[in-house]
Amino acid sequence: MSGIGYQGKKSIPHLTSDRLLIKGGRIVNDDQSFYADVYVEDGLIKQVGENLIVPGGVKVVEADGRMVIPGGIDVNTCLQKTHLGVTPVDDFYQGTRAAVAGGTTMIIDHVNPQPGDSLLEAFEKWQEAADRKSCCDYSLHMDIPQWHEGVKEELDLLVQEKGINSFLVYMAYKDLYQMSDSQLYEAFSYLKELGAVVMVHAENGDLIAQEQSKILDMGITGPEGHPLSRPEELEAEAVYRAITLGNRVNCPVYITKVMSKSAADTIAQARKKGSVVFGEPITASLATDGSHYWSKNWAKAAAYVTSPPLSPDPTTPDHLHSLLACGDLQVVGSAHCAYSTSQKAIGKDNFTLIPEGTNGVEERMAFVWDKAVAMGKMDENQFVAVTSTSAAKIFNLYPRKGRIAVGSDADIVVWDPDRTRTITAKLQQSAQEYNIFEGMECRGAPFLVVSQGKIAYEKGKLHVQQGTGRFIPRKPFPDYSYQRVKTRDNMMGRQGVSRGMYDGPVYDVPATPKYITPAPSAKTSPTTHQPPPIRNLHQSNFSLSGAQFDDNIPRRSGHRIVAPPGGRSNITNLG
Amino acid sequence: MSYQGKKNIPKITSDRLLVKGGRIVNDDQSFYADIYMEDGLIKQIGDNLIVPGGVKTIEANGKMVIPGGIDIHTHFQMPYRGTTTVDDFNQGSKAALAGGTTMIVDHVIPEPGCSLLEAFDRWREWADEKACCDYSLHVDITHWNDSVKQEVETLLKEKGVNSFQVYMAYKDFYQMSNSELYEIFTFLGEMGGIVQVHAENGEIIAEEQTRMLEMGITGPEGHVLSRPEELEAEAVFRAITIASQTNCPLYITRVMSKSAADIISQARKKGNVVFGEPITASLGTDGTHYWSKNWAKAASFVTSPPLSPDPTTPDYLNTLLASGDLNVAGSAHCTFSVAQKAIGKDDFTQIPEGVNGVEERMSLIWDKAVVTGKMDENMFVAVTSTNAAKILNLYPRKGRIAVGCDSDLVIWDSDAVRTVTAKTHNSAAEYNIFEGMELRGAPMVVICQGKIVLEDGNLHTVSGSGRFLPCSPFPDFAYKRVKARKQLAVIRAVPRGMYDGPVAEFTPMSRGATPASSARTSPTKQIPVRNLHHSGFSLASSQVMQHGPPADDNPIRPGGRRIVVPPGGRSNITSLS
Repeated sequence: MSGIGYQGKKSIPHLTSDRLLIKGGRIVNDDQSFYADVYVEDGLIKQVGENLIVPGGVKVVEADGRMVIPGGIDVNTCLQKTHLGVTPVDDFYQGTRAAVAGGTTMIIDHVNPQPGDSLLEAFEKWQEAADRKSCCDYSLHMDIPQWHEGVKEELDLLVQEKGINSFLVYMAYKDLYQMSDSQLYEAFSYLKELGAVVMVHAENGDLIAQEQSKILDMGITGPEGHPLSRPEELEAEAVYRAITLGNRVNCPVYITKVMSKSAADTIAQARKKGSVVFGEPITASLATDGSHYWSKNWAKAAAYVTSPPLSPDPTTPDHLHSLLACGDLQVVGSAHCAYSTSQKAIGKDNFTLIPEGTNGVEERMAFVWDKAVAMGKMDENQFVAVTSTSAAKIFNLYPRKGRIAVGSDADIVVWDPDRTRTITAKLQQSAQEYNIFEGMECRGAPFLVVSQGKIAYEKGKLHVQQGTGRFIPRKPFPDYSYQRVKTRDNMMGRQGVSRGMYDGPVYDVPATPKYITPAPSAKTSPTTHQPPPIRNLHQSNFSLSGAQFDDNIPRRSGHRIVAPPGGRSNITNLG
Repeated sequence: MSYQGKKNIPKITSDRLLVKGGRIVNDDQSFYADIYMEDGLIKQIGDNLIVPGGVKTIEANGKMVIPGGIDIHTHFQMPYRGTTTVDDFNQGSKAALAGGTTMIVDHVIPEPGCSLLEAFDRWREWADEKACCDYSLHVDITHWNDSVKQEVETLLKEKGVNSFQVYMAYKDFYQMSNSELYEIFTFLGEMGGIVQVHAENGEIIAEEQTRMLEMGITGPEGHVLSRPEELEAEAVFRAITIASQTNCPLYITRVMSKSAADIISQARKKGNVVFGEPITASLGTDGTHYWSKNWAKAASFVTSPPLSPDPTTPDYLNTLLASGDLNVAGSAHCTFSVAQKAIGKDDFTQIPEGVNGVEERMSLIWDKAVVTGKMDENMFVAVTSTNAAKILNLYPRKGRIAVGCDSDLVIWDSDAVRTVTAKTHNSAAEYNIFEGMELRGAPMVVICQGKIVLEDGNLHTVSGSGRFLPCSPFPDFAYKRVKARKQLAVIRAVPRGMYDGPVAEFTPMSRGATPASSARTSPTKQIPVRNLHHSGFSLASSQVMQHGPPADDNPIRPGGRRIVVPPGGRSNITSLS
């Protein structure tokens, strides 16, 4: 079926089967469930209700009381992320096929330029590839590999004209993607002005680099070195720092790939204190753990390598599901980034070179169902929220996506909660030769998937067409996160205290700030640690004679200088 | 007769002392007993002691007799931009003694780029000349390189310094990067030192300061606005993470806010070896005064991390101190005159940082924690004296009343009420941030080195009588656990067969796909550091493309590592079970 390609968006012929009636299903949105029929035409939901009046000859699907849910949105895929020049085996075609087979009808992929590359060029390259290959609707996140002035202009363009409202910054990958705290502060500030969602890869890269060299020095070169050099504390630390930055700048922060209990707890605590922060666990962290890094089979161990790593603590998946169920974590991604075993083997002698990424786009929805809903942790409405609706809200796609309602896109899944599958690489859509969930039994699977108003998956068979996926542009300032941010901005007007000028004695600071006899020890290196010519908190050339440093800072117009109540001479007294 | 170090201390005849009828309070128990002291040491404890005739006797009348306080954090005589803090070692230690503190630990702060040893010697000289009570020194590490490392080793092994402070704030000046912190923590963890951390995120502070000044906020309120407590908590969190990675005991100086204290207590619950030090100011007052209309008053509260504007902070910190989540109360006494503070009259970032507190420290804790029923008297001794002695590895010589200990003790009058005011305090500062506060609890008699230094409200101190007490490395209080963990934390590689499947071709220099970099982007400098993702690492020739057992030239394999064929045999390696 998939061979019938009508590639090139412009000229998709009017298919006759784009009128569809789903009868007898129970519609499950994130807020309520109810029995109703759904009538779909031209890729949109036209009617929802009972006893609908529809044109004759419409294809009718009997849901037989099954759940009818909004199609899943996978907020994190990397279908074209190159690593050392190798490209994942699942491209936009393979990847979206797998997505649809799992009940996901939209993906948001990460554009991953290298430091020095133009963001716009990378964006166009990704968009071009996706337009050509994608089988379902898609959108793009932009990764910022490096922060400098030149990036700002491109960010403006991407937000204003290209429909991108989410950007990923890295706290890890020292000397490659990593940003310093100052750069992060600037990036956060700038992206907030643009109304974008700041996504963070949260791991402390400095410490990872130290740990990696330590572990390599110890002679540990296999995949177990990966989690050993990236303990979950470093993830939690970076999450905490990212949230602190987000609070200072007052901008929404989205933590990609929440892999550990401590990182998740940090997010949950911050939310209780009012921070606007979102957490995204992924299929892998929700379904398996990091004990496999110690597998004797190198290829198997390497298959699990992703960053942050899977936690070796086997209670992690359960904990993350609990937080997802109670709303402390919000969205489930897959971080699907499939490298073949021979690609992983680039790092066979050095774990730091293993391409990072695990599969999960196809298994995402089923695992949340199996581990959270079927276990009684989560109800079906919350299931819809974490697999689809929240993602649509955070990234400003709602209610076009993420909801079954009149006027929304006809991305619909009829979900069969009773079907049980065993995950195996033999049956998967992904082109990978392994599956990290191999052998796991999983309740819950899509019975029917409707994408863009057309049946894309039915009775275990895919009917997708390469290139039918549309790029869905997203506007800045999503209400879901920016409403609160805007209100806080208005609240937070800071004011100086209007007080009389200090007119008491002032200690005269000598022009040369060095108080010690300037004979530095011969032992210390003369080059480093000369304070660079930046404003320095303790020693400066600040001088009180002549021009004052703030002469050129205009006094705020509203700043009245009044004599204090007790009169001028009173100022130096302490009351 | 111990006249250590000091060349010419006159022999005082009154160094035989009997304290009668007191209730001895240590950190573990309280009991009634008399104490006989001779030669600066406690010689006997008990009832009906047999003592030589003519001994001076002090009647305690049932009052508490506690180990003299140890103020683990002072900045006396600290040089600052050509001037020094107004309390030198004489003035400062007098104030300490007046408040019931018989030992201080001062911070040596070398200028970045200068020798740590030279700075240490200079501080020793100043203190030996003037200190009226025993003292020890912390050394601050203000820059990091191999020669500093050597100096730190010398200080630890030969000079009697076991605690070193590093800074996470003061960008481009004292501030250390995460990598440097990792190295310092690793090094000190191996050498048995205590890492003290000034925990604030300096990079964000620098950004916030610029923003405040741009908004036209130049007064002292800008200080606290640019250093919100979140940045303190963040740095505490990060410091704890690094310490836990490097298995090194951590000491957070100046815990000023509820959130920072919470992070510490959470970490302790998870088993981290971390100690928190609230100071007199954070236990006794809050940051609302930064908004005072009186510039000089507002500026007098400027210290870093700043006092929290949340008025419930002192109460909260006292509670955590009582519960043992925070461990030691310091004072961070660092006094500048109003004229010195006025260096920053037009720019809050230029205000010299520091508050008083060495004299008020013990009374304040008594008043806020013991009188209110939060803390018992034994815990009071622990947080004002014993825990500090344990961390410094001076226990039980200091911090305990027992036979053989130094005779530094205080007869504490729990009913005395004093009003704190700059007019009567012993500091040379013309203000006191606790001005007007009424405090219950005060020392009645202070005995230092076996001599009465405070009696009937009169101080009898001798400038220069203070001795330097060397602190040895590996204090049990912190290192027992660390040592045990070191033995446990042995990481082993997984013995597995060599991967012998196909390896994808890849470009060693990982310039993504298109090597055509945009003209817009800045030409980045590639620093010649080992780079995790694109490195000079090349698999050319023998290793990569060769299938089968290639890597006899693999240098990384450890000596003891046996390469075994996995159970299923070689060919099985690439298949996934």
